[in-house]
Amino acid sequence: MKSISVPYAKLNVKGGGVMPAKIKVANPNRCIGCYSCMLACSRANADSVSLIDSAIDIRTSGGIESGIGIIVCRSCIDPPCARACPTGALAPRNGGGVVLNKNLCDSCGVCADACLPRAIHFDRADMPVICIHCGVCARFCSHDVLEIRKTEVL
Amino acid sequence: MWSNVLYIDLETGEHHTRDRHDLFDKYLGGTGVATQLLLEECPPGIDALSPGNPIIFSIGPLTTIFPCVSKVVSMFKSPMTGELGESHAGGRLAMAMRFAGYDSIVIKGRAAKPTYLSIHDDEVKLKDATSIWNLSSVEVTGKILREVEPGKGRRSIMRIGKAGVNQVRYANVNVDTYRHFGRLGLGAVFGSKNLKAIVISGTEEVELPDMSAYKKMYSKLYEEVVDTEVMDKYHDLGTAANINVLNQLKGLPTKNLKQSHFENAESISGEYFADNLLLRKIACSNCPIGCIHIAMLKTPFQKGHEFEVSHISYDYELIYSLGTNLGITMGEDVLRLIDRCEQYGLDIMSTGGVLAWATEMYERDLITPPDTLGISLRWGDTDNYLKIIDRIVDMPNKFYKALAKGTAVAAAEYGGKEFALNLGRLEIAGYHTGPASIVGQIVGVRHSHLDNGGYSIDQKASSQQLNEEQMVDKLIYEDYWRMINNSLVCCLFARGVYGEQNMIDALECVGIKKTRDDLEAIGKEIFLAKYAFKEREGFDMDNISVPARFFETVSQLGMLKEDTVKNMLKLYRKKTGI
Repeated sequence: MKSISVPYAKLNVKGGGVMPAKIKVANPNRCIGCYSCMLACSRANADSVSLIDSAIDIRTSGGIESGIGIIVCRSCIDPPCARACPTGALAPRNGGGVVLNKNLCDSCGVCADACLPRAIHFDRADMPVICIHCGVCARFCSHDVLEIRKTEVL
Repeated sequence: MWSNVLYIDLETGEHHTRDRHDLFDKYLGGTGVATQLLLEECPPGIDALSPGNPIIFSIGPLTTIFPCVSKVVSMFKSPMTGELGESHAGGRLAMAMRFAGYDSIVIKGRAAKPTYLSIHDDEVKLKDATSIWNLSSVEVTGKILREVEPGKGRRSIMRIGKAGVNQVRYANVNVDTYRHFGRLGLGAVFGSKNLKAIVISGTEEVELPDMSAYKKMYSKLYEEVVDTEVMDKYHDLGTAANINVLNQLKGLPTKNLKQSHFENAESISGEYFADNLLLRKIACSNCPIGCIHIAMLKTPFQKGHEFEVSHISYDYELIYSLGTNLGITMGEDVLRLIDRCEQYGLDIMSTGGVLAWATEMYERDLITPPDTLGISLRWGDTDNYLKIIDRIVDMPNKFYKALAKGTAVAAAEYGGKEFALNLGRLEIAGYHTGPASIVGQIVGVRHSHLDNGGYSIDQKASSQQLNEEQMVDKLIYEDYWRMINNSLVCCLFARGVYGEQNMIDALECVGIKKTRDDLEAIGKEIFLAKYAFKEREGFDMDNISVPARFFETVSQLGMLKEDTVKNMLKLYRKKTGI
């Protein structure tokens, strides 16, 4: 078994701003539904053990006997969530995706509606959970479903 | 750290939660806490199918927090053995309980009408299950509940099938389609309570005292699980790899253990399943291994390439009990039998054991067509076995009513006790490896090969020249330490990862400081508490008879002697003080 496709630490640029990487669902049909990626995301980014704090969203559709849905931020270059945000809490990120300023967010939910893949949901504090493309989910995917890929920084 | 117990009374519809840190502080969780709850809640001497029998579920302090800590313990008085009933299941249930915020659930009483439980975070409801009570398929029950219940995508759904509703003594509880609370008859207890299903989901989040230490430990354990060879077996062929291995070693019970090897093993082996039938592998929540092997069975039903397609999970024990033990020669036929049992919610190891005993009885003319309602029982006859399974669930006459109570009861009524392969009234596991397997199943607190892994001690005995006393010492070590594994509640497939030191370090990450000696003492205490319950309910090791068949068929360690088993039992009692 293989646990990592790209050296994760090199891509984990802390402090927001330019992050020259994005998460990619490379092999969706390999998913075994273990939720290790979600637990990794909340552990790394929210300091909790949780599914609701995870920016990546894995869910079955029709029980375990049916397929597994993998929802990630698609790192749009012109993100509709940011366009829809009435308070400016979401700002486009260089290389795609968005950065959240929690101080400006009033939990209106418009961003989530604007995202067709439904990659934005709200945590228990009613804050949007936003993917920062750190790649920790890919590091803890034992089946290479997820990959972290370098992006061209604009 | 967590100690929230949800109490539900099916009779009154009332529920409440209580902080039971008194139990969790002392016994960690899982099997340790469930044993104490059983001692508290189960009145002495009651009928296992009476309303007084409680159903208890418990998770542990590491559940969902560390990889492969993915199981739930259920405890109840067993309608199969009349004493301690304990069963473990994976799937999504452990995670759902963790995030719903319940470390244990205690269900008491009997509902007045068919009911299911809907538990989502703090919301606990009893709902009418009349319209799904008589559904013959556990799969359809799951599909229907999915449509009406919240928590989509990550909830867990436990349910019984027709076997549980009809109170077949070895009915199981299906968890998330492919996992089960098997063996000791929890499904019958559900049925006796008019309880069809439980749906549970949650959105809690957990914070730990030292996140940085936790993250480090998580990564260490994750790497041991994924990047070392410790768990390769479960990931690749799965437990079904044992078929060819045990067959070569003459440890594979075949045709009711008339043989310990099977001439047709190759076409029902793990390799055959993986190469020809395996569709995909999936995982319990929080386990990166993915050992749940799902096969696809295509059955043509008319010309024009029309197929019925079923997705069926398989494992070693299922292939042994409905395969080699019945002389079934093709993997596809084993799948047909597994699927039928699955839809009804029957424990497959017991069903296979019952069918194997009945086949030998028929072969010897000790049961005849009037008993079986005209269905003949022959090794390898899949079609007739399917018909027998239908009748075990429907119980149309005295003979099938006896079969629905297991081999011990059926043999007491119809004879053939010497080849009715049960230990402590529970059909045996698929290992004719030597005396430690037999002794291990007798002394194990739930008569399970998973209590102490006796089969693996037999294998060590062969390579390391262990004597009887050394084998007993190893059984006792496993019995005590698996109490800790099962209190945390780690998957036993990951027991190579969760050794003594890793358990100590992982517990420290969640704020529980225990030394090795502390843990061993707790393990022993839990073990003795279980024996206290067993003995209270009439368990007596001297009364457990070992079917003569064990000593008539060559095992992996050669021909076995009854005296060896007796001596090991004596040593075991002396050393444990039971």
